Amino acid sequence: MDSFFSMFLNDYYIQVLTMLGIYLIGALGLNLITGVTGQLSFGHAAFLSIGAYTSAILSIKLQMPFALAILAGGLMAGLWGVLLGYPTLRLTGDYLGIATLGFGEIVRVVFLNMTITGGALGLAGIPRSATLTVVLFIVILTVWAMVRLENSRFGRSLVAIREDEIAAEAMGVNITTTKITAFAIGTFLAGISGGLYAHLIQYLNPSDFGFIKSFEFLTFIVLGGLGSIPGVILGTSVLTLAPEFLRFIADYRMMVYGLLMVFMMIVRPRGLLGGVQLSRIFSKKKAQQTGTSASGGAN
Amino acid sequence: MDASMLSQQILNGITLGATYALIALGYTMVYGIIQLINFAHGEIYMVGAFVGVLMVTVFQQGLLFSLAAAMLACMVMGVTIERIAYRPLRRSTRLAPLISAIGVSIFLQTLMTKIKGPQPVAFPQVINDALYKIGPVEISKVQILILIVASLLMATLHFIVKYVKIGKAMRAASEDYDTAALMGINVNRVISFTFAIGSALAAAGGVLVGLYFNSVSPFMGVSAGLKAFCAAVLGGIGSIPGAMLGGIFLGVAETLGIAGGFDMYKDAIAFTLLIIVLLFRPTGLLGRPIQRKV
Repeated sequence: MDSFFSMFLNDYYIQVLTMLGIYLIGALGLNLITGVTGQLSFGHAAFLSIGAYTSAILSIKLQMPFALAILAGGLMAGLWGVLLGYPTLRLTGDYLGIATLGFGEIVRVVFLNMTITGGALGLAGIPRSATLTVVLFIVILTVWAMVRLENSRFGRSLVAIREDEIAAEAMGVNITTTKITAFAIGTFLAGISGGLYAHLIQYLNPSDFGFIKSFEFLTFIVLGGLGSIPGVILGTSVLTLAPEFLRFIADYRMMVYGLLMVFMMIVRPRGLLGGVQLSRIFSKKKAQQTGTSASGGAN
Repeated sequence: MDASMLSQQILNGITLGATYALIALGYTMVYGIIQLINFAHGEIYMVGAFVGVLMVTVFQQGLLFSLAAAMLACMVMGVTIERIAYRPLRRSTRLAPLISAIGVSIFLQTLMTKIKGPQPVAFPQVINDALYKIGPVEISKVQILILIVASLLMATLHFIVKYVKIGKAMRAASEDYDTAALMGINVNRVISFTFAIGSALAAAGGVLVGLYFNSVSPFMGVSAGLKAFCAAVLGGIGSIPGAMLGGIFLGVAETLGIAGGFDMYKDAIAFTLLIIVLLFRPTGLLGRPIQRKV
C-alpha cells in the first residue's frame, strides 16, 4: 500500500502525513485523559519519550520485531502512567497538571543522564519501520476504539467524572479505578505514538520531549475542541500542517504560529469543534426532529 | 562538606532563591485572582533582562535606572498582554487562556530570537566583583545588591497588598472574584494592576539574574519560569508569603543539591521536591486546603 501512496504523493508529503498520524494517536490519548475525563496533564510528552526510548532500545539492542517493540513501548508508558497516576490522581485540577509537568521534566532529565539512551548525544540508528500504511492502520484502529469507548459504560463514567466528580461517586462510579484506567489507556497511546515517532525519525533526543511538546499536544486537543474526536483530528491536522504551510515565511514561522494560537482561542475559546461528537453528527437529523440540541453541553 | 562551605552554599542558595521568588510572585498573584497559570510570565522576565542590557549598553545608563526602566517596560507589556490575550477569554473554559498564554510565550520567545539572535548576550558588569568576608562566608557585591533589591521590592509589595486601597482590592478579588465585583471593586483594574506588579517584579528578577550569571538569552525564560512556577506551587499558589518562601526554599535546595554532587540532575531537583510536597500537602506549604462543595 505504501507504493500506492507514493504514486500520488512525494516523499515530503508522506513524511508530513505520517507525522500527523503519529501525533494524532498521542493526541487521542491525551484527549481521553484531559478532554473526556477532565484530568489536566502537562506531561504527555514524557510518556511519548518513554514509549519512544523503550521501543527504540528494544529494536536496536535486541532486534525485536517492529510490532512487538511498539507494543512494549506503549505498555511501558502505560505502566508509568499507572505508577504516576496512582498517587497523583487524587490531586485536583491544576495541581494534577503541575505534578505531571514536574514528572515530564524529571523524565527528560533522567533520559539525559542515562547511558543506554545516549544522553545528550541522543539515540541514533533506529530502523525506519513506521510507514504511512502502518500509521494509518493504527490511527483508524485508535479512532474506532475511542468512539466505541466513549459510548460504553466506562466512557460514560469518564464523562460523569469530568462533569461532577462527587455526583459520579454518588452514582457508584469508582473514581480512583476509573481515572487510573483512563490514564493508563491515554499514556499507552502516548507510548505507541512515541514508538512510531522513534521509528520514523530514526533519532531520539531528550530535548525533543520537553514540556513544550506536552503543551503542543494540549494545544492540539483544545484547539480542536476538548472531548470531541473530530475536534482532535481537526485540531491536530491544523496545527501539524500549519508550520509546514507557514514555511514560506521562514524565520517568522513560529511567531505567526504563536499569534495564531492566541487568535484562534479568542475567536473560538471552546475550540473549532467544541462540543461536537462524531456519533451525534449522524443522529443530528433525528435530534432536530425531536427538538433536542445536537451538540451536548460539554465544556 | 564543612560548616563554612555549607553556610556559603546556603547563602548562594538564598541569593538564587530571591530571584526565583521575584518571578514566583507574579505567578502566584495572577493565579490567586483569575486562576490562570500565566505561562508567558517567564518570557516577561526574559524581556526584562534584555531591556536591562539595552539600557546599560546602548543608552549608557546606571544600573538602578536600567532596572527601573526594565520594570516599567515590562509593566506596560504585562498589562498589554492581559488586555489582548487573556481578558477576552475570562469567561471561557479554563484551558483557553492557558493555550493563549502559551501562544504569547512562543511569540515573545521567537520575536526576541529574531531581534537579538539565539546566542546569549553578556550582561555588562557594571558592578565590580569585590568580595566581602562576613564570618565564614564570602559575599559578592552583586549578591548584596540582589538581596537588597529583592527584599526592598518584596517589602514594597507587602506594604501595597496590606495597606494600600488597590492592594486590599487585590486581596478581595482573590478571596472571591464575583463578590468583589458586586461590592463595587473594578475587577478589571485590579487584574491589570496585578499583571503590572507581577511583570515589574519579573523584570527586576531578569535584570538581577542577568547581572549575576553574566548572560542573557532569549531562552532563559523557559527554565527560570518553570522553576519559579514550581516555587509558587511549593509555597502554596495564590499565597504571596508562600511564593517568597517557596522561592528561597527551592534556591537553597538546588544549590545544596549541586554542591552535594547531583549537578547532572540540577533541573530535576525542583520538580522532584514539587511532587513530593504536593503528595503530602496537596496545596503547597502555605496554601489553604481546597474545599469541595456539592
